[in-house]
Amino acid sequence: MVATCAAATFAFFCLQLAPGDPATALGEGVPPSVLESRRAVYGYDAPVVVQYARWVSAVVRGDLGWSISQQRPAAAVVLDALPNSLMLVLPGVLLAVLVGSALGAWQGIHARSMGDRISNTFVFVLYALPEFWIALCLLLLFSVIWPVFPSGGLVRDTYIYMNRADQLVDRLWHLALPCLVIAVFDAAALARYQRESMRDTLEQPFVRTARAAGLPWTRVYTQAWRASLLPVLTVLGILVPLNIMGVVFVEQVFSWPGMGLTLFNAITARDYDVVAACVIVGGVVIAIAGIVVDVLREVADPRLRMRDASTAVRSSTRPAA
Amino acid sequence: MSVVRYEGTAWRSAALLMLALGLVAVAAPWLAPYPPNETLDLVGLKSRAPSAAHWFGTDAYSRDVLSRVLYGTRVSLGFALTSVSISLTVGTAYGAAMAFAPAPLATTLRRLLDVAFSVPRLLVLLAVAGVAGPLSIPVLILLIGLTGWYAVARLVADELAALATREFSLAARATGVPLPRLFMRHLLPHLGPLLMISGAFSVANTIGLEAGLSFLGLGIQPPTASWGSMLRDGAGVIQTEWWLTVFPGLATILPVLACNAVGDALRDRFAPVQFAESAPSAPAAASPALRP
Repeated sequence: MVATCAAATFAFFCLQLAPGDPATALGEGVPPSVLESRRAVYGYDAPVVVQYARWVSAVVRGDLGWSISQQRPAAAVVLDALPNSLMLVLPGVLLAVLVGSALGAWQGIHARSMGDRISNTFVFVLYALPEFWIALCLLLLFSVIWPVFPSGGLVRDTYIYMNRADQLVDRLWHLALPCLVIAVFDAAALARYQRESMRDTLEQPFVRTARAAGLPWTRVYTQAWRASLLPVLTVLGILVPLNIMGVVFVEQVFSWPGMGLTLFNAITARDYDVVAACVIVGGVVIAIAGIVVDVLREVADPRLRMRDASTAVRSSTRPAA
Repeated sequence: MSVVRYEGTAWRSAALLMLALGLVAVAAPWLAPYPPNETLDLVGLKSRAPSAAHWFGTDAYSRDVLSRVLYGTRVSLGFALTSVSISLTVGTAYGAAMAFAPAPLATTLRRLLDVAFSVPRLLVLLAVAGVAGPLSIPVLILLIGLTGWYAVARLVADELAALATREFSLAARATGVPLPRLFMRHLLPHLGPLLMISGAFSVANTIGLEAGLSFLGLGIQPPTASWGSMLRDGAGVIQTEWWLTVFPGLATILPVLACNAVGDALRDRFAPVQFAESAPSAPAAASPALRP
């Protein structure tokens, strides 16, 4: 929560300090009197501190402000975009977790085998690709060379004339490529960590004990996989916030009207309230994602649930002294 | 328990690749067949597919894509190296302050770092670069350098705190070595591997980040040849002129691959001892390899 406030405050002052305001975004050659009246209407003629105080008091009352470029409440602008982003990010991340974790675990078990080497090279290259370039390449492959998927947008122009089933298909059709971009990018990162973590875990005493006690390899691997999930979930906790912001590249390529594109457009239009609202809503989403990942960590690793007994595990991120 | 994870010799080719890219960056004026920003023939050579005369084709202004990609190496690598040196320096200084400052100040610094961490870096970059208009390259370098040191600071602080309890530093303290000298002569050399690993991954990240910002039109401005801005030019005409997207993209990947491979090799070389003793979450925490 503190983080969200800090980020929003930072964004607010960043925009204030930068040259230009919503009035100058009108363009060149606008008479000064018009600019003045416009500033007065929206309250941008007051000192920065006064504006900040006004803004904070409004936000506390649940009013996120007014979008000047779209002439409707900023909250409405952001809440229109949020579902689109979530629709993109959630399936993408879910797919990435499934594929990345499975692939990484398999690689960790068969470390240094031929299959591991080949797939590892593949993962390594995927991990190095910039997200927007993956997007462009997929666009080139599946929309230009072999046109099976649409090149962008949320739905087809004729969407409103379709029946329900067709609408669903159309949505999924448009979702496929951008979602795949996110999945590919995240899966590569997750697989890398899962592989390392699986190899580490397989060297631990409990694995040897389990094996010595006569457990079949499949069950040993299942247990080891669960124990190896912790660092992967930590990485997931870093990845999800990155995705919520980083999705701007994918949204830009596929002209997907989500949070990233809204933020980007709001910044170019000097639409201060929308930017701040994006930051606040994005911060809340990131905070929720963080809580979910924390819960998942505790589900995956019972050691974390024993707060007092697990100081050895917890202290790793703190200095030894 | 700690098996040295020696993963083949991939790092050698990666290091060679780095060297080669460095050479390309330095020798771009001699390697490039045409001046990067010259419009060769606006009508006759507009958007030509790759050919013997123009290996990577030409763009909408009839500029030679190969030459621009070669010059882009200069921009991107120089950009990444300078901004990463800034962030490593700032991060080390901040980390040292966090580790050695008196308790209340150190706690404050730690809290401040937590806050800085929680502000998404991409948001800061988008906001500043988007609102302050087209930024010049030095300002961009500063901006990216000054938003990239948080992870370094945290790693350095943790490492220093651990080092401070080791015998050699206790012995140095006991013989009356003052703190600045202890840091410069005894502790800083121990941070070398950490900074190298961190730096390698940061360079990879920064190249991607710069390309991303330029792709959004907020980074390096035309006509300066940068891979990101070339990709931006190419994205609009991807339906017909694929070479404008494919070649700059491939160029972006090479240094990122090389840096990641070298970073991995360094980590495998230096880190197993550390990680074997700490909890399973250490590898993830120690590698700021995730992108912005």
